[in-house]
Amino acid sequence: MAKIIGGLTTSHIPAVGNAMASKLEQDPYWKRFFDGYEPVKQWLDEVKPDLAIIVYNDHGLNFFLDKVPTFALGCADSYQNADEGWGIPASADVPGDAQFSWHLAESLIRQEFDMTTCQEMLVDHGFMVPMNLFWRQHEHWPLKAIPLAVNTVQHPLTSAARCYKLGKALRKAVESYPEDMKVVVIGTGGLSHQLQGERAGIIDVDFDLKCIDKIINDPQWMAELSNDYIMEKAGTEGIEVIMWMVMRGALADKVDVLHKHYHAPISNTGAGVLLLTDAQS
Amino acid sequence: MVWNRHEYDDIPGTYVFDGKRANSGYALNRMAFSFNSEANRKEFAADMDAYCRKYGLSDEQREAVLNGEFLKLLHLGCNVYYLAKIAVFHGLNVQDAGAAFQGITADQFRQKLLDQSTGFQDRLQQEGGYWHG
Ligand SMILES: [Fe+2]
Repeated sequence: MAKIIGGLTTSHIPAVGNAMASKLEQDPYWKRFFDGYEPVKQWLDEVKPDLAIIVYNDHGLNFFLDKVPTFALGCADSYQNADEGWGIPASADVPGDAQFSWHLAESLIRQEFDMTTCQEMLVDHGFMVPMNLFWRQHEHWPLKAIPLAVNTVQHPLTSAARCYKLGKALRKAVESYPEDMKVVVIGTGGLSHQLQGERAGIIDVDFDLKCIDKIINDPQWMAELSNDYIMEKAGTEGIEVIMWMVMRGALADKVDVLHKHYHAPISNTGAGVLLLTDAQS
Repeated sequence: MVWNRHEYDDIPGTYVFDGKRANSGYALNRMAFSFNSEANRKEFAADMDAYCRKYGLSDEQREAVLNGEFLKLLHLGCNVYYLAKIAVFHGLNVQDAGAAFQGITADQFRQKLLDQSTGFQDRLQQEGGYWHG
C-alpha cells in the first residue's frame, strides 16, 4: 500500500532557480536561505521517498490563459521542463508514474474533485525549483514525481478550504494504491509577495509566521480565510499559500514538525520551509 | 453587460487578474506567451511593431509594449507573469518592473523589501522552534 510519509513546503520563485544555476548557495544574500534546506535534504536522503506529488501553479508555460483548469494532474511517465521566455537552459526531464497518476485521477474524481488529466505537461519553475531545491545534489533524479497544478493565476481561483479538502482526498487516493510506495506531498509557492501594481513589493512577516503556525497547528483557521483577505494581507501572488493547504490536508490532523525555517526577503518574497509528518504519539 | 464587482477591487495599487482583465488583455498576453519560443522572440526583436500588429494588439497596448510602460500594460490587461516575458526585451526582470510600477529605482524597491523584513529573526525567536531562529 502506498503511504504518505511526509509533507514539505517551499518557495518556488525563479530567482531561487537562477541562484542554484549560478551556484550562489554560499553567497551572503542566499546562504541563510539555502542552509535552511539542508536538514530537509538530509531527511529525504535517509527516508528515500519513491515519489513526490508536487502541488504548484503554472505561470504561463503549459497552460496559456485560453484554457485554465482549476486543478490539473499530470498523467505521464515523464515531464519536461522548457524555456519560459528567458532563455535559461532546461532541467533534465523528471520521471513520472502514469499508473499511479491515473489511479489518483480515478480516486479524486470519485471523491468529487474533477481533475483535468494531462498526458503531456510541460513543467515550469513552480515545479522545477522545488525539485532542484530538494534533489539537485543527485546526479539523476532519485525519485518519480507527479505534478498537481492549481490555478492561482487567472481569477476566479479555488480557496484555501477547497485545497485543504483536496489534500484529504489525495491522502485517501494515495492510501488506496496497492503498490508499496513512500510518497511525499510538497506544497509550493508563497509566502507573502506582490509582483504587480503600485503595491508591488509587500512582505508581511507577521502574517507569514501566523500562516506557518496555523497550517501546522490549526489548519481550519487557514481554511476559513477568504482569497480577498489573503491577497490583502499577503499580496496578489501571496495567494499561492493556499497550495500549502493541499499538503496539510494530506497529513493527519496532528503533525510533528521535523523542520521549520523562514527567511525574508528572498527576491520579492517571504520564504518558508516546512517538513511535517503525521504525529507519532 | 456588466462586470461583477469584487471586494479585491478596493485593494489599492492592485490589479487582480480576473475575467475582466483576462478579456481585455487577451491578445497582449497571447503575444507574450508566444515568447516562450526562441524563434518568436527573434521575430519580435527584429520588428516589434509588426509583431504586435500580427497578434492584434490595440494601438494603446502596442505603444505600451514598445515603450516599456509597465504600469500601463497592467491597466490594459497584461498579466504580471506574462509582463515578465515582455520585460526581458527591455533588459528588465520582475523586480525592475515592480520598481517601475511605482516610479522608484530597483535599489529603492529592494530597500523597501529589506525594510519590511527587518527584525524577522527576532520574531522567529519569539515564535520558537525555527531552525536558525
Ligand atoms: Fe509562483
